[in-house]
Amino acid sequence: MAYSNKVIDHYENPRNVGGFEKSDEGVGTGMVGAPACGDVMKLQIKVGAGGVIEDARFKTYGCGSAIASSSLVTEWVKGKTLDQALEIRNTDIAEELALPPVKIHCSILAEDAIKAAVDDYRQKHGT
Amino acid sequence: MINRPIYFDYSATTPVDPRVAEAMIPWLTERYGNPASRSHAIGWEAEEAVENARVQVADLVNADPREIIWTSGATESNNLAIKGAANFYAERGKHIVTVKTEHKAVLDTCRELERQGFEVTYLDVQDNGLIDTEVFIAALRPDTILASVMMVNNEIGVIQDIARLGEICRERKIIFHVDAAQATGKVEIDLQTLKVDLMSFSAHKTYGPKGIGALYIRRKPRVRIEAQMHGGGHERGFRSGTLAPHQIVGMGEAFRIAKAEMATENERVRMLRDRLWDGVSDLEEVYLNGDLVHRVPHNLNVSFNYVEGESLIMGVKELAVSSGSACTSASLEPSYVLRALGRNDELAHSSIRFTLGRFTTEEHIDFAVGLIKERVAKLRDMSPLWEMAQQGIDLNTVQWSAH
Repeated sequence: MAYSNKVIDHYENPRNVGGFEKSDEGVGTGMVGAPACGDVMKLQIKVGAGGVIEDARFKTYGCGSAIASSSLVTEWVKGKTLDQALEIRNTDIAEELALPPVKIHCSILAEDAIKAAVDDYRQKHGT
Repeated sequence: MINRPIYFDYSATTPVDPRVAEAMIPWLTERYGNPASRSHAIGWEAEEAVENARVQVADLVNADPREIIWTSGATESNNLAIKGAANFYAERGKHIVTVKTEHKAVLDTCRELERQGFEVTYLDVQDNGLIDTEVFIAALRPDTILASVMMVNNEIGVIQDIARLGEICRERKIIFHVDAAQATGKVEIDLQTLKVDLMSFSAHKTYGPKGIGALYIRRKPRVRIEAQMHGGGHERGFRSGTLAPHQIVGMGEAFRIAKAEMATENERVRMLRDRLWDGVSDLEEVYLNGDLVHRVPHNLNVSFNYVEGESLIMGVKELAVSSGSACTSASLEPSYVLRALGRNDELAHSSIRFTLGRFTTEEHIDFAVGLIKERVAKLRDMSPLWEMAQQGIDLNTVQWSAH
């Protein structure tokens, strides 16, 4: 299957690979997917004092489209409030990366990863 | 196209050997006759070429040329053999035995026969990919009419004990079909000793052209099948349709070369395959899929744990390899062959098949080893599963959110 240039770019030069200390107060961690399905994404956000996401990191086990989707959302969530980050839709991700129909689940997983990271942060802070 | 990848996918198809291509060309241009034209010399010469190729194919497997029928390829041969025998012997019984790791051309043909009222048993294999003969025997019933087992598996390259399975079937008067598409030129096939009734062949896995294959149909003891393609009564009524002399000449020449060069070629390819395995098995958490001993020298199927197969294939785009994982299709299912070996999901999703052949060189292998090591390391740095494994977390204890 031929990948779009944007998928190839994110795959070859992934943005924000890595992680933050999970127990840090300002960090929210989302881990979604399952090895059985061939995709696992870990997305972490670092939230600043004003409730704005200052930084993000990811690690992904999965195909090139899954890696690209998670790489892309680490860029997109930066500078957004938690509520704004939750507005990112899988369709936006799929459109930006020109994902073919069989790879739409990668963008859904990336959207889920944002939700999971935000949920984790909010649970820590009881909001 | 510049920078074409190095070819490591010989089990998908092989290049046509230049000697084969050369042999084919006159049969497209000057010698265009229809071998079924009995009334003139243009037809006679085409018929002679077809019969000469039939001898070449029969010679590779030690059969009588009269036992070889031309088809369009191994898929058609498998369909003709399985449906043809099942239909012919249906009054004797309705039970068929095959194996879960067979090619789709066998499995889907069996599924179709189930829709027609046959009952099919799909046998499990052992974790090395080989059939346990006791399990095979236990599956046979008084109403079993047909068993179909591939000689060499296309994904993991393991060689089944066809000699033993043939004995078992013959004792019970069960028709035994063998898909040998991946076996020709790689393992010795002697149909004078093997108790095989029907055997499928393909040209393009053995340096011949695509679009041509053959089916062996035993004469002694005689095996009967019902034709699936009706028309002009070509191939003694087993398979109608105008023969393609250029394709057939190509298959004949390819099988002639296979017979002449098999022994030396296999030794050379085995050395290269072992060099590849030695190289990549330096990495941690690398697993060989399928038995290493009962295996063709051309195949190496490896799981790089914690790295997803499709992303690794993308990472080694300088190599033309294939994934055991079926991720590139619409399905999220990992390879059914690896699942049948009892591989867990992570390992089944992490496999790559390297298949080597006539034009693979030591330089290709060394380049591949270096590239794979570098890219696996890069992808593991990016893998949350690798991170968890390094932290000593047992992935089986994690509650995953399946999607």
